[in-house]
Amino acid sequence: MAVAAGNMRDVSDPPRTEPATWRAGVRAVGPFAIAVVGFGISYGVLARAAGTGWLAPIVMSATTFAGSAQFAAVSILGNGGTVAAAIAAALLLNARYGPVGVSVAPYLTGGPLTRLLHAQLVVDENWALAARDGGRYDRGVLLGAGVTLYVGWVLGTAIGSLGGRALGDPASLGLDAAFPALFLALLVPQLKTRPKLQAAILGAAIALALTPIAPAGVPIVAASAACLLGVRR
Amino acid sequence: MTDVWIVVAVVGTGTVAIKGAGPVLLGGRPLPSAITTVIDLLAPALLGALVAVQALGDGQALAIDERLIGVAAAGLALWRKAPLLVVVAVAALATALARLVI
Repeated sequence: MAVAAGNMRDVSDPPRTEPATWRAGVRAVGPFAIAVVGFGISYGVLARAAGTGWLAPIVMSATTFAGSAQFAAVSILGNGGTVAAAIAAALLLNARYGPVGVSVAPYLTGGPLTRLLHAQLVVDENWALAARDGGRYDRGVLLGAGVTLYVGWVLGTAIGSLGGRALGDPASLGLDAAFPALFLALLVPQLKTRPKLQAAILGAAIALALTPIAPAGVPIVAASAACLLGVRR
Repeated sequence: MTDVWIVVAVVGTGTVAIKGAGPVLLGGRPLPSAITTVIDLLAPALLGALVAVQALGDGQALAIDERLIGVAAAGLALWRKAPLLVVVAVAALATALARLVI
C-alpha cells in the first residue's frame, strides 16, 4: 500500500487508523475464519473419537490456539501414544511460532502482559494476511483477523466436540487436502518478487528434505532458514 | 482422562511461551534493518514449507497420493481467481472424488 502511494510515506506513518485496519483484518479473514470453523469441527470430532471427553478439546482450543499441534497431540493420544510424545510433538509443531513471534514483535506494543496476550492471537493465517512488503506487519489486520480466527476455532471445536459423530472420517471427505489448499491460498499473494518465490521454493525443499529424518514440526521451523536468502540483498 | 489434561496444560503453557517470547522480549521496538530484510522472506519460506509438508508428508515419510490432485485443483482455482472457500472446497472435493475412483 505504501509502495502504491509512491513511497511518500515513512514506514512509521500508519496509513489508516487502527480501528479501520482492525475492520479490514476482520473482513480479509472472513472466508478463512469460515474454513477454520470447519477445521475446528473436525478437530472436535477427532478429539472425541480419541477419547478426550467433551471439555478438554474446547479448553485446549481456547488456551493453545494452534491447530496442527492440537491435531497431532490428540491423534497421538488416540493411537495409544504417551503423554510425553503428545507434548513433544505439539510443541515441535509450534516451534515455528518462535521466529513468527520475532517478526511481529515491533508491532505488538503496550506492556509485557498486553504483548503476551496479543502474541497468542498470532496464527499462520492472520500472520500471512498481515504481512506487508519490506518485512513489515499491519498490527490492526494481525489483531482483528486474529480475534476472528480465535472465535471461529473455539466455536468450531465446541460444535465438533458436542455435536458428535455425524461427520465421518475427515480423510474420506478430503479435508486433509483442504489444509495445504488453504496455505497455498495464503502463499500465492506473497509471491510478488523473485526473492520471495525463491524463498518459498527453498523453504519447501528444506522441509521435504528433512521430513524423513526429523520429527514433525522441525522441518517447518528449519525452513525458516530459507529467508537467509535475504542476506545477500 | 488425567493424561489428556496434562497434555492440555503443558502444551498450552509451552505454546503461550513460544508465541510470547519474541513479543515480550523484543516487543514494541523496531528490529535492526538487517533482520527486517531477512524477515521479509519469512512468510513465503514458512508457507512454502507448510504447503509442501501438508501435501506430500505422511508422518515421517513422503507420499504422492490423492491430496496432490486436490492441491493441484486448488492451484487451478487460485489461478482463476476463485474465492478462498471455493479453493478449499475444490481441493477437498477433488481429493474425495479421487479416493472414490482410484
